[in-house]
Amino acid sequence: MKNLNKWIANNTFHHSQFWDLKHMIEEKERQGLTISLCLPTLNEAKTIGKEIILFKSELMDRYPLLDEIAVIDSGSTDQTREIAEAYGADVYLSADILPMYGEKKGKGENLWKAVYQLKGDIICYVDADIANIHPRFAYGLIAPLIYNEPIQYVKAFYDRPLAFSQGVRPSGGGRVTEILIRPLFSLFFPELTGLIQPLSGEYAVRREVLEKIPFPIGYGVETSHILDIYKEWGLSAFGQTDLDQRVHRNQETLSLGKMAFGILRTFLARSASMGVDVDMSKLSSIMRQFQAHAESYEQVEYEIVEEERPPMITLPEYREKFGR
Amino acid sequence: MNRTYKNVDEIIRNLPAIREVCVSLRETLLANLVMLGEIPSPTFSEKARVDFLLQRFSECGLSNTSTDECGNGVGLLPGKNRKRNILLYAHADTVFSERRDHTVSVHADKMCGPGIADNSLGLAVLATLPTLLEKLGVEMDSGLVLMGGTRSLGRGDLAGIRFFLDNNKLPLTSGICVEGVQLGRLSYASAGMLRGEITCRVPEEYDWIRRGTTGAILILNEVINGILGIALPRKPQTSIVLGSVEAGAGFNIIPTEGRLCFEVRSESAETVQRIAGELEDIVEDVISQTGAEVLLDVVARRDPAGLPIGHPLVKQTREIMSSLGLRPHITPSISELSALISNGLPAVTLGITHGDWLHEMRESVQIESMFTGIAQLVAVLLAMDGGFCEESE
Repeated sequence: MKNLNKWIANNTFHHSQFWDLKHMIEEKERQGLTISLCLPTLNEAKTIGKEIILFKSELMDRYPLLDEIAVIDSGSTDQTREIAEAYGADVYLSADILPMYGEKKGKGENLWKAVYQLKGDIICYVDADIANIHPRFAYGLIAPLIYNEPIQYVKAFYDRPLAFSQGVRPSGGGRVTEILIRPLFSLFFPELTGLIQPLSGEYAVRREVLEKIPFPIGYGVETSHILDIYKEWGLSAFGQTDLDQRVHRNQETLSLGKMAFGILRTFLARSASMGVDVDMSKLSSIMRQFQAHAESYEQVEYEIVEEERPPMITLPEYREKFGR
Repeated sequence: MNRTYKNVDEIIRNLPAIREVCVSLRETLLANLVMLGEIPSPTFSEKARVDFLLQRFSECGLSNTSTDECGNGVGLLPGKNRKRNILLYAHADTVFSERRDHTVSVHADKMCGPGIADNSLGLAVLATLPTLLEKLGVEMDSGLVLMGGTRSLGRGDLAGIRFFLDNNKLPLTSGICVEGVQLGRLSYASAGMLRGEITCRVPEEYDWIRRGTTGAILILNEVINGILGIALPRKPQTSIVLGSVEAGAGFNIIPTEGRLCFEVRSESAETVQRIAGELEDIVEDVISQTGAEVLLDVVARRDPAGLPIGHPLVKQTREIMSSLGLRPHITPSISELSALISNGLPAVTLGITHGDWLHEMRESVQIESMFTGIAQLVAVLLAMDGGFCEESE
C-alpha cells in the first residue's frame, strides 16, 4: 500500500490550491490547450441557469479558462434547453449528435456524445443539479490536468478528512460508494480505494483518454471509466480534488439499489479482463425490489442491462472530424 | 462611447445605448448577485460579504480598497478631479440569520433567495459598476467611492455609514444609496424615526388571581392598548409601526417574558419627541397597574432631513426616470439617506428592479427590469459628475 499512500499524498488536491486563476490561464495558453465544460441534463430547469451564469461570468468572461460551455440534453420536457440557451450556453439535443448511431437513454450517452461534439483538449463534466454551484467545481478539476502532465483524469470529492478533537473524522462517499464500491475495490483493486468518491458526477479528463474508453450509457459509466483507465494508464493517471460542500438532490434507497445493481454488472463485466474470473452469461440481468400495498408485498422486477458505447476513436466519423 | 456630456438631455438621449451595455453584462451582474447573495450577512456579521465585495473591486482593477474599523468595505475609482467624489452606497447586511439556507435560485425571468432584494442586488450592482463604466468608456471627472456599508439595519442603527462619514477624509460632493427594490423608488428626504422595544417580565410567583388569566402577553396587551391611544397628527405625517410581538411557548404554559418591537416615523422631530415621552408614560402606567417589570429600550433614533423637491438633483433624477418610462414613487427614507443628508451631502436613494416577498425566504427580484434600473443609476451618476445636479451658488 506504499504506492497508494504516495498517490494520496501527491495526487489529492484542494480547490483552494488553485485560487490563482490568472496563473492557471497563462499556463493553459502556454500549453495551447482548449477546455470544454459539459453539463449533461435531463429536466434541470431549476438549477441550470445558475450554473451557466456562474461558469460563463467567472470562467469565460472574467478569467478565460473555458473555451466552450455546452449543455447536452437528453430531451428535457421542462425549460432546461430554453434557459440554458438564454444564458449563453451551446445547447445540443443528444439525439441530434451522431444520429446514425441511434439514441440511447442515459447520462453516459450524453457524456459519450460530448466527446464527439465538443472541441476541447480537456472536457470537464459537471452535473447540472448542484444547488451550491461555484466556479471551483470546474477550475478545481481542470487545474491538476494543467499543472500535472501525467494526470489524465481528475475526480471531485466533497468531504475532506479533517483533524478534529476526537482524532480524524472518517471521510467517505455516498451510500453506494461505501456499501458497494469500496468493498469491491478493497477486495479486488485495493489501490483504487484511494479515490474518496469514485461515483461523483464531476470530473475533468483529457481527450486522448476519453476517446479510447467505452461508455456504458447507464449507472456504470463512472465505475467503468475508473477500471478502464486504471487498467490502461495505472493509478498515477488519477487525481482527485476536494471541492468542499456539494448540495444536490438526495436519492431514495430503492433508486440507489438499482444504481448498485447496474454498477455491479459493469464491474463484473470488466473484472474478467482484469484477472477476476466471472462468467457474465450466467448472471441475471433482473434486479428485484419490493413495494408494500396495504397488507401485501409486491415484487417489482427491473431489467438492468448495461449497454455500452464503444471507444469514440473506433468511429470513422470521429477520426475524420479530429484527424485521428 | 467615451465622451463628456454637455447637459442632462444628452445623457437621456444616450440612455438606450447605456441600457444595452448593461444588458451585455448580464452574466457578470447575475453571477455577482448569486455569489454575494449566498454569503450570509446578518447585521454585525457582514465580514465575509464585504471581503468578497472588496475582492471583486480588486479584480476590476481598483487599487485603493480597504475596510475600516466598523467593517465597511470601500473601493475608490479615481476621477480626474481629486476634489470631487461621489459616494455610492449599498448596505451589506440583511435581516436573515446565518443559519438560514442562503441558496439562490435562478429562473428564466427572476432570481430568488433570502435577502436577494434587500440588499444583495444593491451590492451586486456596486460590484459590477467598475466593469460597466469601463465598458461604457466613461471617464469620470469625479472619483467614485463605492461602499458596502455594515451595521445598517435594526440595532445596527446606521453605525457603519455614520462611522464612515465621521472619519472620511475624501471630499464628497453627493451620494446615491442603491437599494435592490423597487424600481421607480425615489427618496430625497428622510423621516424622523424612533425605533425601540418594550420588554416585560413577570415573576414565577406572580399573583395570577389578581390579574386573571395570562402573564406577559396580557402586560404587552396593556402596553399596545396604550400605544393605540396615542393621538397621531395627519400633518406632519406620523405613524407608529408595531413590527413584532414575541411571547409564550404553547397552549398551557403561562408566559413570563414578552417583547414588542416598534417604530415611530414622522416628518417632525418634535412629534417623534412627544410620542417618545408618551411611550415612557404608558410604560410607567403599566408598571404601576401590574407590578410587572417593563422596560422601554430605544435602539435607534434619527431626525428628519431632506432636499427640497426643487433641488436640481431631485429634478434631474425625476427627468431621467420619466425618460425611462418610470413613474417616480416618492417615498421618505429612514435609512442611510438621512445620514448622508444630515451630513450636508445632497443624496437620493434609488431602487434597481421589481421584487416580491421582501424579507421572506422566497424573496425575489425580476431580471429584465434590472437593466433599466442600472441605466437609471448610471445616468444619475453622469448627471452628478457633469455638475448638473448642483444648486447654483
